[in-house]
Amino acid sequence: MSELNRLTDVAQACETTLADGRRGFSGVIFAVSVKDVARHSLEPEELERRLLEIGFVEGARVEILHEGFLGRDPIVVRLDDTRVALRRREARAVIVRPDETR
Amino acid sequence: MIAEQTTLPNSDEAGTEPIRIALVGNPNCGKTAMFNALTGARQKVANYAGVTVERKEGRLTTAGGHTAIVLDLPGTYSLRARSPDEVVTRDAVLGRLTGETTPDVIVCVADATNLRLVLRLALELKAVGRPVVLALNMIDIAERQGRDIDVEGLAGDLGVPVVTTVATRRRGVEALAAAAIKAANDHATAPSNITGWAEPSAAELRRLHLTAERIFKKRVREARRPDTLTGRIDDVLLHPVAGIAILLIVLFAMFQAVFVVAKPFMDLITAAVTATSAGAAMILPDGLLKSLVCDGVIAGVGSVLVFLPQIMILFLFIILLEDVGYMARAAFLLDRVMGVAGLHGRAFIPLLSSFACAIPGVMSARVIDNRRDRLTTIMAAPLMTCSARIAVYTLIISAFIPDKRYFGVINLQGLVFFSLYAAGMIGALVVAWVMRRLIWRSASEPFLMELPAYKRPELVVVMRSVAQRGQIFLTRAGTTILFMMVLIWFVCTLPVAPPGATEPAINYSFAGMIGRAVGPFLAPIGFSWQMSVALIPGLAAREVAIGALGAIYAVSGGESGGHPLLAANLAHHWSTASALSFLAWYVFAPQCASTLAVVKRETGSWIWPVIMFSYMFALAYASAFVVYRIAVSAGLG
Repeated sequence: MSELNRLTDVAQACETTLADGRRGFSGVIFAVSVKDVARHSLEPEELERRLLEIGFVEGARVEILHEGFLGRDPIVVRLDDTRVALRRREARAVIVRPDETR
Repeated sequence: MIAEQTTLPNSDEAGTEPIRIALVGNPNCGKTAMFNALTGARQKVANYAGVTVERKEGRLTTAGGHTAIVLDLPGTYSLRARSPDEVVTRDAVLGRLTGETTPDVIVCVADATNLRLVLRLALELKAVGRPVVLALNMIDIAERQGRDIDVEGLAGDLGVPVVTTVATRRRGVEALAAAAIKAANDHATAPSNITGWAEPSAAELRRLHLTAERIFKKRVREARRPDTLTGRIDDVLLHPVAGIAILLIVLFAMFQAVFVVAKPFMDLITAAVTATSAGAAMILPDGLLKSLVCDGVIAGVGSVLVFLPQIMILFLFIILLEDVGYMARAAFLLDRVMGVAGLHGRAFIPLLSSFACAIPGVMSARVIDNRRDRLTTIMAAPLMTCSARIAVYTLIISAFIPDKRYFGVINLQGLVFFSLYAAGMIGALVVAWVMRRLIWRSASEPFLMELPAYKRPELVVVMRSVAQRGQIFLTRAGTTILFMMVLIWFVCTLPVAPPGATEPAINYSFAGMIGRAVGPFLAPIGFSWQMSVALIPGLAAREVAIGALGAIYAVSGGESGGHPLLAANLAHHWSTASALSFLAWYVFAPQCASTLAVVKRETGSWIWPVIMFSYMFALAYASAFVVYRIAVSAGLG
């Protein structure tokens, strides 16, 4: 477990979360990790499974297409072939390796 | 994680009984269109016992003369249930639903343009051990996008028969039915090993997803001409400025239609009910029976029917917006605003509809998947100022508020009217906030929603859904409302006034007795006992209180005709403080038996209407008390 935590920590040093992206941000999902998500969301395991079920899986391509007008929240993300809306609070769990072009 | 192991019962009677087909699929995969294509008009809509999830069943007969029963299950991404709808889907598939026979075959309906997620669902369904058939629906759109799918290879990899279909044009539907029946029969003659189903962990989900992804990569070619239209429409509709403006226009049009377009139909129904009542009055001899038939039953039926136009128009909008794909966008645009009160983005529809009438508002809370969010919205909806309150507000304001202008533009009467609306709205948001943030603090539902590609709605499908909505209202909510109307008639009519009575008849009835009895309790908020009596028939519908006030203060032509006279009368009998208190009371009071009946129907228990009645009563009493005391101390008593 500590090994996994260490790996995630290393990953987070160079990766960014989907929650920090702005419109036009794109990349590939590197990990789905719920450990930093605000506590008033769901149980971490439940949130992780919901994200997986709707397609936030390691290796999937993401791009932020739209942002809400208040606080740029929620966001609409292109996720492979689908479009998914979510709040930034939950998007914190999606760790992304940004594309080179940015 | 606790694994739930169940063994599925073996259906030995598959040979004699009609085969049972269950339709399962992601949301927006065209499942409803498929259900319509399979069963035509032979559908039955009901509720599952104990839950407010709709149960849709239909019959189909194949060219070969086979009969099958098709069950349309709520859309889901996995068998791991998260909402009451998804619990039904899971339990129906697993054969755990009481009073339901386990389906003989599961038809997994897939949007052929969006296969990634549904392939994982198909694998999950297959693991249950029932025969599965995969329908690649909307294959025409996939072909147009140049998305080649190796159907045979897909069937081989998944290990289930795959049929391509276009449900809206009935293409491939016969073949799908035949494949489903064949799969069910093959399974019945040679039952394979029936495994159990356990809720998958995150790791298992990843593994299933990897398998699905491998199959997807191998058998589905990336679209050569991907759908760019949806993206281009979204650029406008989800634009921070233009998107909001368009949303407001759409909502305004919807609100106007519910209000304005429904009006002539409602007037027509009212006229028909009045005519029927007059006809019955001519035939029947004077007395209790005549009163029961005319004022109780016919007026009761009328009070149910009169809501029908608003409900049908509202649901026409909701179903159209849902089918086009706009509903998810509207929820996205409004999520942050509704989130302030702890509500889901979709709660705007029930709350907005409640401006017309809380009944369609409460019914439309079905657009919210999560049970707690749905209940919060239902509880807050009746505080939005409905059209029935307008009649009462207008009467009291015209009687007590001087028609003064300030700064040339602000009319005092208008200002009071606006304040009453604002009080209702703020009240609704505060109630929602308290429920969501203080009572159900633990689990805030994430806003996580697929935005479907825009589609042209199918007129037949839309019309059928709207008709079903009307039918559900009439059969389910209607019966309870009718019962309550007759009960209120009973309370307001019996016992009858003695011969030579000097006071209005209602004063001698149970309502009169109750009014006098609760009089002392309502005295602190400035209500006379006559006002208390008027509140009781007002439970039938808020505006009925006007007629009751007219009767009590012996104004002829009590209903709408006598307004100026009644206003003058009220101004004579009531103090301004009492009138303001009455207005404050009307903003919050649970003055509508029909709403409570609908809440009972929609929540499936009496607990929620009781809670609603109690909190609204407390809120009404408290605000009327405060308003009355302030008004008295300001010298208006």
